[in-house]
Amino acid sequence: MWPEQIHRELSSAGVRVVGYVPDAGHKRLIELCQADKKMRAVVLTTEEEGIGLAAGAWLGGQKSVLLMQSSGVGNVVNVLGMVRECRFPLVTLVTMRGEQGEFNPWQVPMGQAVRPVLEAMGTVVHAPAAEAEIVPTVNAALRLAYNSYASVAVLIPQRVIGIKSFQDQAAR
Amino acid sequence: MKRRDVVRLLLKNRKDLLVVAGLGSTAWDITAAGDSPLSFPMWGAMGQAAMIGLGLALAQPKRRVLVITGDGEMLMGMGSLATIGVQKAANLTVVVIDNERYGETGMQETHTAHGIDLNGVARACGLNVVDYKDLPKTIHETKGPNFAVVKVDAEKIPLVLPPREGALLKARLRRALLGAKADAV
Repeated sequence: MWPEQIHRELSSAGVRVVGYVPDAGHKRLIELCQADKKMRAVVLTTEEEGIGLAAGAWLGGQKSVLLMQSSGVGNVVNVLGMVRECRFPLVTLVTMRGEQGEFNPWQVPMGQAVRPVLEAMGTVVHAPAAEAEIVPTVNAALRLAYNSYASVAVLIPQRVIGIKSFQDQAAR
Repeated sequence: MKRRDVVRLLLKNRKDLLVVAGLGSTAWDITAAGDSPLSFPMWGAMGQAAMIGLGLALAQPKRRVLVITGDGEMLMGMGSLATIGVQKAANLTVVVIDNERYGETGMQETHTAHGIDLNGVARACGLNVVDYKDLPKTIHETKGPNFAVVKVDAEKIPLVLPPREGALLKARLRRALLGAKADAV
């Protein structure tokens, strides 16, 4: 499954710090990172904190990844300015809401704005269309970010996560 | 107390201390005390100083990390105190230089001018709250995460500006801290 495979990619890339605001779509990956003794999983009160965390970790010589739901993209906009100005490498894995088959109308505005908002702030957006593309895309994002000092976001499509209702979400 | 005197005292004999300063007056304060490659003075990203300190502290557990920031900057990132409380970074100290004002924008009162108690927030988040007089020792020796508010005069004083290019500030700290490893892939 893709969460296990993403965890292996993070591990082999030497990621040591994992900042996250939970999302149902990231549930398994968060568990894997929490169980990994070489990784420090850091629960955040808002996604914005994850940008500072990643910047500080890189200043100290460590690679990190930031996990969030699409709604969190709206919470990081201003501080992405620091990422760009300082050329901090940053890998953000965004589980998407507000796209195919969304059942909560309040998710739609931010979900639909994710790509233009990130691109406006200088983040490269990778959007794998199918499950089989997710892991190679994460691999490429890690290399782009850490070899080229870039901010890269991978949007994991709602169709792949496959939550179709509030009841389904609560059951996970 | 005068803010520049306080910050100069905190950074006296700093040795290999890593220092993050929040945007505005505290960035000028650490520069007035003597710029260093091991300092990261911020020019933006308001609210993130303590989190950058946490990231640095987690990545460098054998080094001591000091965040010096203002009351307005700390108020914007108050949730980070909860995050720091969970992570329990033993090598991290956060000091708020509290003039109860937004100094860069016209000296408007912040919440701390109205009784909001950042020490109380930090204590509730599990940080070790210390007195000003203990800070020089705390910064270098006491198991953290440590926290202090230092009340200072609301004064307008000359700007002492650090380098402003973000990429330079990042690269110089990494080189000073990591040596050749800073440039390795």
